[in-house]
Amino acid sequence: MSGLDLNNCADCPVHNLGNLKKLGINMSNFDYVVALAGNPNTGKSTVFNYLTGLRQHTGNWPGKTVTRAEGGFEYNNKKFKLVDLPGTYSLLSTSTDEEVARDFILFSQPDVTAIVVDATRAERNLNLVLQILEITDRAVVCLNLMDEARRNGIQVSERVLSKELGVPVIPSAARQGEGMNELLNIIFEVASGKFICKPHRIKTSSKELNFAVDKLSIEIAKEFPNLPNTRWVALRLLEGDQSIIDAIRNGELGNLKKQNLVTVNQS
Amino acid sequence: MKESHKITNPPWRNKRAQKFFMESVNINRESILATANNLRWEVGENLHDTLMESIYDNAYSIASKAVILPDKKPVYNFDRTLDRILTSKYFGFPIMLVLLGVVFWLTIEGSNVPSGLLAALLVDTIHPFFKSISASIGVPFWIDGVLLDGAYLAMAWVVAVMLPPMAIFFPLFTLLEDFGYLPRVAFNMDPLYKRVGAHGKQALTMAMGFGCNAAGIIATRVIDSPRERLLAIITNNFSLCNGRWPTQILIATIFIGSTVPAYVAGLVSAAAVVFIAVLGIALSLVVSWGLSKTLLKGEASAFSLELPPYRPPRILKTLYTSLIDRTIFVLWRAIVFAVPAGIVIWLVSNISIDGVSAANHFIHWVNPVAFIYGLNGVILLAYIIAIPANEIVIPTILMLTVANLSIAGIGAGSGVMFELESVADTADILYAGGWTLLTGINLMLFSLLHNPCSTTIYTIYKETKSAKWTAVSTFLPIIMGLVVTFFVTQIWRIIVN
Repeated sequence: MSGLDLNNCADCPVHNLGNLKKLGINMSNFDYVVALAGNPNTGKSTVFNYLTGLRQHTGNWPGKTVTRAEGGFEYNNKKFKLVDLPGTYSLLSTSTDEEVARDFILFSQPDVTAIVVDATRAERNLNLVLQILEITDRAVVCLNLMDEARRNGIQVSERVLSKELGVPVIPSAARQGEGMNELLNIIFEVASGKFICKPHRIKTSSKELNFAVDKLSIEIAKEFPNLPNTRWVALRLLEGDQSIIDAIRNGELGNLKKQNLVTVNQS
Repeated sequence: MKESHKITNPPWRNKRAQKFFMESVNINRESILATANNLRWEVGENLHDTLMESIYDNAYSIASKAVILPDKKPVYNFDRTLDRILTSKYFGFPIMLVLLGVVFWLTIEGSNVPSGLLAALLVDTIHPFFKSISASIGVPFWIDGVLLDGAYLAMAWVVAVMLPPMAIFFPLFTLLEDFGYLPRVAFNMDPLYKRVGAHGKQALTMAMGFGCNAAGIIATRVIDSPRERLLAIITNNFSLCNGRWPTQILIATIFIGSTVPAYVAGLVSAAAVVFIAVLGIALSLVVSWGLSKTLLKGEASAFSLELPPYRPPRILKTLYTSLIDRTIFVLWRAIVFAVPAGIVIWLVSNISIDGVSAANHFIHWVNPVAFIYGLNGVILLAYIIAIPANEIVIPTILMLTVANLSIAGIGAGSGVMFELESVADTADILYAGGWTLLTGINLMLFSLLHNPCSTTIYTIYKETKSAKWTAVSTFLPIIMGLVVTFFVTQIWRIIVN
């Protein structure tokens, strides 16, 4: 790179477009891993195809991506590996697709998790966003299907949403390519550590629960100092989630090694 | 930041220190688990509900700040009105049948002319051209035969017979999918599947099977219960796939369409294909029911199906992706399998035992058996050669018929076909080969009810990891196919005679 400060023209779409190289299935030597999560049928695969140049089959029906699809792109001279996770409504139950999504975010620890949200169903989609923000503190919300929201007269303020969630929110219409440059840019900033997220944590009114989570997460943090999501692990332990209990017992939770785990959990 | 996860060399020097180290770590971990156990009592057992409630509350409070919904409901809500019609108790199924029928009708009406043009070009013009070149440079007859009369002709026939219907059918089907119609189909079907003890999502995997059974079988991963997933896997083959649609459409055009006046031929042929597709759905229900009462006993589990909003289909993009992803993909697969199949066809038609070709031996040998099922030896041999891909059944049948029945006026000898234009000529070959309306009907039934292609069989094995269930999925449809064609044939013969 030359001495130019690239951020001066970060808002210029031409500049951003020029910096995106779609790498298709070439994912060698990537610098960052980006996960795409979200409810079913919000346009994750469309975003995935836009960024990677792949043509993973998109269809207007929920539940079409069952396993993870992976692809690559290059932006600002950094190589990104993009992982399209199956769409889920929650991360708290035990169906296969939810486990694939949850295990990837938890164990593979992507550098950025881009959560694709249906702007016309923001409230319901937020349930999943809040759960993901419990697991990872490096997330970006892609407020997709803004065209449909506009058509239905729904207004969503990305600024308020961003302030409340503590992570960047990018309005978009991926089918038309709208907002993709801004999304790329913010993914880059979060991945490279230029943008630090302060994600919302679920507030509960139950005093007993708060106490239990606090106490347990302190103990977990002592044993696994690098874990970013002790509160969430504590919650899962309190619920008696067997896979988390196992991960604690065999120490897998502490030995997270990115490269190995990218291929693990292929159901 | 990432680097911090790497484990540095553990601070042990010998085995004993290592053991001590591991144990001390485990004690810490166990104490975490013990704390969790104790705290679980204090929190109470409704933790999950408390947590879910908190999440919903948080989501609600954030959404109420960030989202402004329209003041009043729009007077006319397009999506809801459309859903009320498409998923209605009375109109849901008729609309489904009509839509399918329209798609097939457009395919049948539209593909006749381009098929003829392609055949004229690839089979009648380019093939003789290559033959004359090979003759002029003196290529040995068997190389010429294997390559030009076997491999090339098989490929040419696949392109001519399959490309036009696919190029019309797939974009139309993809438009329906893009619009959001398939989940409505699933919604309509869901109660039926539940009633027979299967998972409602089986309706979705069935719909995917209409594209490709292997894809449909992979899609059954959305079903959690192993029992219900097996049902979905075993019955997926009853969804007509890419490779079988052209067979159905072509045979319906030739044999069913010709029984009625020309101006309704297209409609009647389309109706016949719809009937076979619906029969497939019905059989998947019947088989699911039978299995869930016998080998795979159990109750259906509940699930929620979200109907996505209707989206205006992106016509150009759909055309592009369905042409590239589906049409070219399927065509390519067909060609890849057709080339070796063409070679096999030429070889079995030209390797002679006692002066009669191997293919002829086989055909005459199985003809009496095939007769019971209203089929013929050519069809059975074609289905053996075409195990790798359903796509090549029709071209194989045509080539075998011409090669082994020495039909006067058509063809120039073993394994070679000439001067065939359009569907009418295909019909001539089949009629000359002794086919009747009954043969056509039985071929359509057998095309629905026979073993899955080898790719699908392999996928089933990969997904179930069980030789037993793979065998069930493979042989059950063949047995059903033979039973169905047997009864159809016997009843037909009683009525006609």
